[in-house]
Amino acid sequence: MHKDETHQHMHRYGIYILVWMGLLTLTGVTVAVAGINFGALTIATALIIAAIKSYLVLTIFMHLRIEQRVFRIFLVVALFFFIISIVLLFADYSFLIKS
Amino acid sequence: MNSQEHVVSHVHRDDIASRMGMWLFLFTELILFGGMFFLYSVYRFMNAEAFHVAAKELNTLIGCFNTAILLTSSLTMALSITALQKDKKNLSIFFQLITIVLAFGFLINKYFEWAAKFDHGIYPGSDTLLAKESGEILFFGLYYVMTGLHGLHVIIGAVLIGVMTRLTIKGVITKDSYVKLESAGLYWHLVDIIWIFLFPLFYLIT
Repeated sequence: MHKDETHQHMHRYGIYILVWMGLLTLTGVTVAVAGINFGALTIATALIIAAIKSYLVLTIFMHLRIEQRVFRIFLVVALFFFIISIVLLFADYSFLIKS
Repeated sequence: MNSQEHVVSHVHRDDIASRMGMWLFLFTELILFGGMFFLYSVYRFMNAEAFHVAAKELNTLIGCFNTAILLTSSLTMALSITALQKDKKNLSIFFQLITIVLAFGFLINKYFEWAAKFDHGIYPGSDTLLAKESGEILFFGLYYVMTGLHGLHVIIGAVLIGVMTRLTIKGVITKDSYVKLESAGLYWHLVDIIWIFLFPLFYLIT
């Protein structure tokens, strides 16, 4: 634990502007790419770009990068169970539809 | 004044726990919206074609515009916290006000977008909508519920930030005590993240 933790817990303006430009660029990319048909990969591409954008918001805007580790662990656990639910859901539904 | 200082010195404050509490609340929001994303994914899986047809009705341009507005409002929210940390109170208030203005801009766009749908007779339970095939009805049902619930979050977020602005002006939120503003910010960024997923899933599947 750092002594001057309150001072650690801040970002400069510059990094926020950078992240904002990155987010706008990724939005542009996702719109541009949406017109192209990659078949089954189309939705995967959209979701991957959305995930990258969320990662930027979570780590920089929501300060997770400079937050204590326990916050990151909490988030990982929450997302882990979220992903488990969706995997189980689709394991179920793809089976139901085939049969 | 002496008695006040005496009281202040005994106020217990735990900023990390406050933020942790906010994060725990955000996880419940993940479950709330997550359930709807589950519903969306299953219905889309079962009605892929109908979802593509229905999504053509949505205005991608308004969607893009609203995405840019919300991303920018997240930026100004983050900047307002940094400004306060640097003890620039007025700049922080300015950024908070910009965030609120952008939130209203988002809602006004949403109003025009929904109004256009209503004009075309597409609203829950309308004859035009019920005449469509079941997959398209599901798409618009999800569209109204999910963007509606998200819009409600935008309203709540804007009100919360408004309260924080008032507290900043009154000097309750200061350079040394800004966890309330941070928590409102966390909520606002979550609203942003939800939109990051809603946007491609509804507007960009044509």
